Amino acid sequence: MALLQIAEPGESTAPHEHRLAVGIDLGTTNSLVATVRSGMAVVLNDELGRSLLPSVVHYEAGGHVEVGYEAQAGQAVDPKNTVVSVKRFMGRGLKDIAHIEAMPYDFVEGEGQVRLRTAQGVKSPVEVSADILKALRQRAEAALGGQITGAVITVPAYFDDAQRQATKDAARLAGLNVLRLLNEPTAAAIAYGLDNAAEGIYAVYDLGGGTFDISILKLTKGVFQVLATGGDSALGGDDFDHRIFCWMIEEAKLAPVSPHDGRLLLTRAREAKEYLTSHSAAPITVKLGSGEYVDLKLTTEIFNDITRTLVQKTLQPTRKALRDAGLAPGEVKGVVMVGGATRMPQIQHAVAAYFGQEPLNNLDPDKVVALGAATQANLLAGNRVAGDDWLLLDVIPLSLGMETMGGLTEKVIPRNSTIPIARAQEFTTFKDGQTAMALHVVQGERELVSDCRSLARFELRGIPPMVAGAARIRVTFQVDADGLLSVTAREQTSGHEAKIEVKPSYGLTDDEIAAMLKDSYSHASDDAFRRALREAQVEAQRLIEAVQSALREDAQLLSTLERAHVDTCLAKLQAVMMGDDRRAIDVAMYALSKGTAEFAARRMNASVQKALSGKKLEELGQ
Amino acid sequence: MTSFDLSFAGKDHFALFGVPRAFAVDGTELERLYREVQARVHPDKHAHLGDAERRVAMQWATQVNEAYQTLRDPLRRARYLLQLAGHDPAIETNTAMPAEFLMAQMELREAVAAARAAADAAHLDDLHGRLRQEMAAQHEALRLTIDERHDYARAAEIVRQLMFQEKLMSDIDAALEAAEA
Repeated sequence: MALLQIAEPGESTAPHEHRLAVGIDLGTTNSLVATVRSGMAVVLNDELGRSLLPSVVHYEAGGHVEVGYEAQAGQAVDPKNTVVSVKRFMGRGLKDIAHIEAMPYDFVEGEGQVRLRTAQGVKSPVEVSADILKALRQRAEAALGGQITGAVITVPAYFDDAQRQATKDAARLAGLNVLRLLNEPTAAAIAYGLDNAAEGIYAVYDLGGGTFDISILKLTKGVFQVLATGGDSALGGDDFDHRIFCWMIEEAKLAPVSPHDGRLLLTRAREAKEYLTSHSAAPITVKLGSGEYVDLKLTTEIFNDITRTLVQKTLQPTRKALRDAGLAPGEVKGVVMVGGATRMPQIQHAVAAYFGQEPLNNLDPDKVVALGAATQANLLAGNRVAGDDWLLLDVIPLSLGMETMGGLTEKVIPRNSTIPIARAQEFTTFKDGQTAMALHVVQGERELVSDCRSLARFELRGIPPMVAGAARIRVTFQVDADGLLSVTAREQTSGHEAKIEVKPSYGLTDDEIAAMLKDSYSHASDDAFRRALREAQVEAQRLIEAVQSALREDAQLLSTLERAHVDTCLAKLQAVMMGDDRRAIDVAMYALSKGTAEFAARRMNASVQKALSGKKLEELGQ
Repeated sequence: MTSFDLSFAGKDHFALFGVPRAFAVDGTELERLYREVQARVHPDKHAHLGDAERRVAMQWATQVNEAYQTLRDPLRRARYLLQLAGHDPAIETNTAMPAEFLMAQMELREAVAAARAAADAAHLDDLHGRLRQEMAAQHEALRLTIDERHDYARAAEIVRQLMFQEKLMSDIDAALEAAEA
């Protein structure tokens, strides 16, 4: 047997290893995966050279799952088992979804998140999205020739906590290590800003298949700072199709149509919309299952007329975002257009009229989000090169708050706060002797709780009995850099604590995800155990390299004793990392992390001091 | 009310950025320092490192955001200065305000209500501008009372008035939104 090689102490075993990281645009209509190759962000194509993957999943009766173009072909034949635009269902309940009557699916009745009955059993939107992400992961691994270490997944900026959590769950289910959830308009701004060395105030107008976002950013010297964001997470190109669909039914005086005909008419509607981008009229001819013929002509005038309110609906959040940023339309230097739906001429005209300038269309609106995400993924994976360093400061789109007496919302973190952010607020008891408190976390701008989205409910028990209003319950909201919330509540006098990761009411529990993962692995050919072990080994290697590099730079921040402890932890991890005991690796990694916590804190302190003293030197030089 | 951590790594928000503890701040310089510090502590800069680094980064970035948001907003900055000086502005309990201030506010409030009912966006815009001017004058008054006269009791009075005005400002914004819908 070959002898194992060991590197010299302090020397990294793989000094310039390029970590495979990808950016994924998980879109309503189409999805893409991109990566950075030789310093350039590129979209990864499938074996036929196609960059887009239609976000369509077909669950065949035989147990086969088709994703993309193949599934799209199945849409007209088997609409009930072919899921399109699943993004619209993410983190949503049945009652939240518009035009449900026009959809061919067999929805499962009941509370909680939407579920569909398919030929392969009941599927949640998280599972359907995971199937799309798996296809993209396989495409990336085939193209890059290795296992990817991490992914940045984009979400609409206006997605709430439930929708973000659902997206992260889907990625986990697809076996992806999520480096960051990135807002789509922000991803576009990164791609645009880095390409054009842009400086100043920019707006990103992003109208996708099912969502609309507007973000206002300030770009200065490698910092992308989101000032405000707004949007509508249920407004997109699909709605324009639906308006045409309704117009067709009305014009042709059709009786209620079958699911099959419905899908056919919607497809024709979408084709007509796309045709009108470069023509003044679109002929529509359809032969329905009933034998009826539909023969219509949709002109630009009619199309503009039936979609005017939709266009206006995008300008409302635009005005609001600008007001939140404290800016007037004239102060915006450029408007970046993103999303296939911005190709519609009436959208281009409306945006030009509002901002008083022609919008910027020099980026491919379909690809720009994935390219920006790939650039961010590359940076987060640690593949940075000198001079190519930039920082992204993003915000939360919707206020976070708590329900108080009378069903009113008390805002704890206002919308457009830069993340990460933590805020604490104190609440008290309503009745004498009250020993428990029901905490209800909500998201939204409205005063009544019933008008906001319910994110989670939890209880704080064990409050010592006191007179009403005497207890002090401190509730802390923490939003991380992914825009995800966790909440802790603590009774101040007794120190009694309740903590939850906010799992949205429509989310999956960790147990559910674990069960699904197990389930999917038992069907899949790749060996779950080996994959998990390999991931742990890669993680361990990364941690060792990070600690060694920190020691090279800042060893003077540790006493001899402290240094010896870190070295011991390092040696322990190195000893177990190549073995196949996954638990031993986890334990050793935890010990090393814990053993370097104080070191990390001191290094950060020193780094900040350096940043601030740098300024003083500059001033002296002036 | 929202309570803040008074210190992080043993420092208040002013010390964190190395700027003087005063109401008057150089906004441009503060923003520059904020970016400089955030560029070093932000979690994105430490995403490829271990748990320990990532946790510290998250705490720092959170604190730097809090400090910056507090210092760049005049009302929050004033409240923070009062807190550091050990003066409770008694927002919940002390609602006494000068009669003439109340009269002027009442008049403005009625004008907003009328403009809202008429969905008169132009008039709402005017009122928005008028209130913004009044608030700017209050900010100047805060600078005088805090930085020059060190009269915290008077500063607390202005803070209470400003909170009143800020609430009205958000009402105007809401009315504008409704008028444009």
